[in-house]
Amino acid sequence: MIKIRKIYRTFGQKHVLKGVSLTVNKGENYLLIGRSGAGKTVLLKNILGLIRPDSGTIAIDGTDITQLPKKKLEKVRLQFGLVFQGSALFDFLTIDENVGFFFYQHTKLKKFIIRKKVTETLALVGLEGIEDMYPYELSGGMRKRVAIARAVIYNPKIIIYDEPTTGIDPIAVDKIVTLIEDLHQRLAITSVVVTHDLEVGLKLADRLAFLLGGRIIFEGDKKDLEKTKDERLIQFLRGASGGPIREMEV
Amino acid sequence: MGLIRGLGQLFHYIGSISFFIKNIFWWMFTKKRNLKSLVREIIFIGIDSFPLVSLIAFFIGMIIAFQTAYQLQQLASEIQLASLVALSLVRELGPVIGALIVAARSGASITAGIGSMKISEQVDALEALGVDPIDYLVVPKFIALVICMPILIIYADFLGIIGGYVIGSTKFAIPAGLYFRMTFDALRFKDILSGLAKSVCFGSVIAFISCYEGFRPFSSNDVSRSVTHSVVRSFMLIIITDCILTAIFYFTWI
Repeated sequence: MIKIRKIYRTFGQKHVLKGVSLTVNKGENYLLIGRSGAGKTVLLKNILGLIRPDSGTIAIDGTDITQLPKKKLEKVRLQFGLVFQGSALFDFLTIDENVGFFFYQHTKLKKFIIRKKVTETLALVGLEGIEDMYPYELSGGMRKRVAIARAVIYNPKIIIYDEPTTGIDPIAVDKIVTLIEDLHQRLAITSVVVTHDLEVGLKLADRLAFLLGGRIIFEGDKKDLEKTKDERLIQFLRGASGGPIREMEV
Repeated sequence: MGLIRGLGQLFHYIGSISFFIKNIFWWMFTKKRNLKSLVREIIFIGIDSFPLVSLIAFFIGMIIAFQTAYQLQQLASEIQLASLVALSLVRELGPVIGALIVAARSGASITAGIGSMKISEQVDALEALGVDPIDYLVVPKFIALVICMPILIIYADFLGIIGGYVIGSTKFAIPAGLYFRMTFDALRFKDILSGLAKSVCFGSVIAFISCYEGFRPFSSNDVSRSVTHSVVRSFMLIIITDCILTAIFYFTWI
């Protein structure tokens, strides 16, 4: 479904991605782990075409999006639902306008029909009666769930979660993890979860990749992870400050 | 070396803002506008600016009247006060001061608004949802500024003239009828038209600079820097544009 081959991306003098390759299969929960600042978000934005790589290919269902013109790229992008790290809800719109944003912008559906879809999708993420509120009136956990509702409402083929549990309390974390698992089973969507929260990540993952210093140094399933002898990955899994991973590498 | 680098940055800025402006016009003529977002911008940029414009325009009218009267008294021609206040305001000061007020109030706010959306990934969220940020965020602001500026300027001219009348009537006892007859006799259609043409150009300048600067920040620290750049560059470009337009009107219309 997503095939990334040798992508490089530099910002000024900083080489963020140094030949990343990975494959996400249809219907799986794929976990991308790595330290803060390892380039995970940059990689995600490359997959969505929000940033173009300097070189390499990113194929979505066989189409290389790195060479696509803007108009075609926008169509490919609508196959994705993206849940941003900070939720990225539009401050000046109500929850109804945020969640139903796709339909308000791309369809001519009547307002009451969109409202019905919004109410249904909010119920799916365990929220109700908040349609007329504004994002600033909600807690961090509720905002995350609204962001998930906005990402799933138009039935995308792939959902990308960028740090879905960062900045929220442990009870809200558990709710979000349960919600992601539940949505994955109910909607049968391919999910890519990016996080540095291992406990959360391993609970969700079918397969995973470890990004370090702009390179993927591990890709496999949980069994492969148990067998790994890569000391850098072992250090990361243990959360040890001493080891082969130096500050220079991130 | 520093000069070459500075020139390079200037050309880069001009190039990227030209591309940005091209995109604004492309989206403006290729997609139907959402009336709700346009109305929201018109209320914020236009209607909410009226109190500040009223206050400043009224006092500017009074100041011009005082300064003009001082000169006219020496020529014993105080009666010309109304004409001079009206011409100064309609042709020059009304559009320029109105534009500077809007650049400082609405332009700074536009830059801060887009900038904070950019750093909180809301701009990326728009793109991820298949909506172009220029189309959704910039074009309604551009249209609102182009519509609101002439209206604000006509209103500022009117209040400035009232401010002048307050001085004319209280200090020099010029009757209302005479004052306003002298005002309208002095103004010709081309004076009003040149003021309005300037206001449309200034509105465009504010929209281009404030929106472009809004897309530049990468961190919260950059937002404050972008707001400063937005106001300073808008002020500079308004004055430069005014000088060019005044020269064009002078050589072509008069």
